[in-house]
Amino acid sequence: MNAPAKLGLKQRYSLLTHGLDWTPSYQPMEKIYPYAEFEGIKIHDWSKWEDPFRLTMESYWKFQAEKERKLYAVLDSFAQNNGQMNLSDPKYVNAIKLFLTGISPEEYQAHRGFAHVGRQLPGVGPRVAAQMQSLDELRHVQTQIHTLSHYNKFFDGFHEFSHQHDRVWYLSVPKSFFDDARTAGPFEYFIAIGFAFEYVLTNLLFVPFMSGAAYNGDLATVTFGFSAQSDESRHMTLGIEVIKFLLEQDPGNLPIVQKWVDKWFWRGHRVLGLVAMMMDYMLPKKIMSWREAWEIYFTEAGGSLFQDLARYGLKVPKYADVATAEADHISHQNWLTFYQYCHAAGFHTWLPSAEEMDWLSEKYPTTFDQYYRPRFELLAEQEKEGKRFYNNGLPQLCSVCQIPMVYTEHKDPGTISFRSSEYKGDKYHTCSDGCKDIFDNEPEKYSQAWLPVHQIFQGNCGGASMEDVLKWYKMNIGADNLDQAGSPDQKMWDEWMAARSRVAG
Amino acid sequence: MSVVAIDKNYADKVVIRDLVENFHGNQVVYLHWEDHLMFCAAMAFPLPPDMPFAAVVKEVLPTYYGMHPDFAKIDWAKVTWELDGKPLTPVLDKSLKQNGVGHKSCLRFWTPGLDGYKHSRS
Repeated sequence: MNAPAKLGLKQRYSLLTHGLDWTPSYQPMEKIYPYAEFEGIKIHDWSKWEDPFRLTMESYWKFQAEKERKLYAVLDSFAQNNGQMNLSDPKYVNAIKLFLTGISPEEYQAHRGFAHVGRQLPGVGPRVAAQMQSLDELRHVQTQIHTLSHYNKFFDGFHEFSHQHDRVWYLSVPKSFFDDARTAGPFEYFIAIGFAFEYVLTNLLFVPFMSGAAYNGDLATVTFGFSAQSDESRHMTLGIEVIKFLLEQDPGNLPIVQKWVDKWFWRGHRVLGLVAMMMDYMLPKKIMSWREAWEIYFTEAGGSLFQDLARYGLKVPKYADVATAEADHISHQNWLTFYQYCHAAGFHTWLPSAEEMDWLSEKYPTTFDQYYRPRFELLAEQEKEGKRFYNNGLPQLCSVCQIPMVYTEHKDPGTISFRSSEYKGDKYHTCSDGCKDIFDNEPEKYSQAWLPVHQIFQGNCGGASMEDVLKWYKMNIGADNLDQAGSPDQKMWDEWMAARSRVAG
Repeated sequence: MSVVAIDKNYADKVVIRDLVENFHGNQVVYLHWEDHLMFCAAMAFPLPPDMPFAAVVKEVLPTYYGMHPDFAKIDWAKVTWELDGKPLTPVLDKSLKQNGVGHKSCLRFWTPGLDGYKHSRS
């Protein structure tokens, strides 16, 4: 008897992924997929979608399970060996507090967004792809929480990331980014997260955090980074596929897609300012400067990407030149913001040391000594006099990105960039031409913004005093917030190191 | 431009969270001292519209900017003001409202001769 020949991978893939959809007869297509048309995108032939994953659900589960096994083995060994004691410096921990509170909840938002897209797109190919990415994102948030929960046993600031996501002033920045994307239509969401974020900008998020972790002895974070890496490359492939597909389907899609690319590039650039300050100020052992990372991952890699996409008529995102000019400033401006507002933050800040300032001068030869070194010297003088500066006022926020309006005119770094618009008789302030364009295109959407500072004034954040608000944030006052010097984190670390040297004799 | 939404009546359902009536009789005013970026951004304050402009100068500004070494050196007669992008000569004993300061107005002021710590605009 002849045993039936085993199917080849390609055949199996084809049988398990093609021809599974059917044409509905009880209900019209537009009722089944009500979100498919209102954005103005025209798709003529969904079968032209080439599945970039080449992955069946069966093999998807196998791959993911294998990665999980490896990750959790490393995490166990990290915990058993007190891996947290091998960090370069306890200041480093603040970078992963920012990751857990600012980024991990967005993995969950991405999961929800792709689940929605996976339901709403009429084509079976992108539906399967979005479903897998949705599962990936859910896995990412879980592995990140599990990994960082080890740090929560020892360090402050990790304990209420989920509660804080909807409340804390600076976490409204990534939150509003994903809220904006998730409340858009499915195609805009796909371009926003799949293309602009995952393809154009993701390397600027993951590479710095994961290399930063590796340089600073955080094996646990490196491992969840590796575990996510093959997913990320799949997401990037999907991001590029979706943009090519939309542009090939109908020439009328181009202006719509271009506008989304412009918008989401700018929004992504603003969110990544948090990574910029992490790289330049929060890593005790530095990998490269934000400026250098921007050159490699945006100017060079993004440049060749947009050259490739030029054949579809797609242009480099509007204000890419402004973003590049800002790469010389944003890390400094963001860190100075957190320095003066860290009495209201869930992580610690500090002034850069003399060596770090020299490193910054070298990396930012045209801006650091002129604008930022004197600012740090002034703050250092105040610290010396026992008057460490905490800003008692609440900052003006941008109505779109929700970041305090700290960014300066890119041709005049001593002057804040103020922009404003009028809508229904009220003023709306934005931090840049990029954010102003976004507001002016859809004022109905952004006029609804839940701006943390205004919400505090309206009495919706636990009370009128800073203490009331911090309690409403569930921040442990005196532990989670304030300067690194004098923090319980620093004290515990110093005791560990003292004990270690006693043992070493 | 207007919003792209699946609901044709989206614009009618918008709930603006920052209307002046939500601020318990106050209006939001942003203040910014130019060339002193030790203070990273303009600051927001909920202020009564009937508050005299002088109170901004004598009470609000010293409380929030007084820790800067330049603050004590300000010659208030020389200060120049800008309200929502236009020059303003404030009348100190008149109210914010009478001076044209409205909800979410932005008031920027320059202090001639003072350009921050070691002239760095910090």
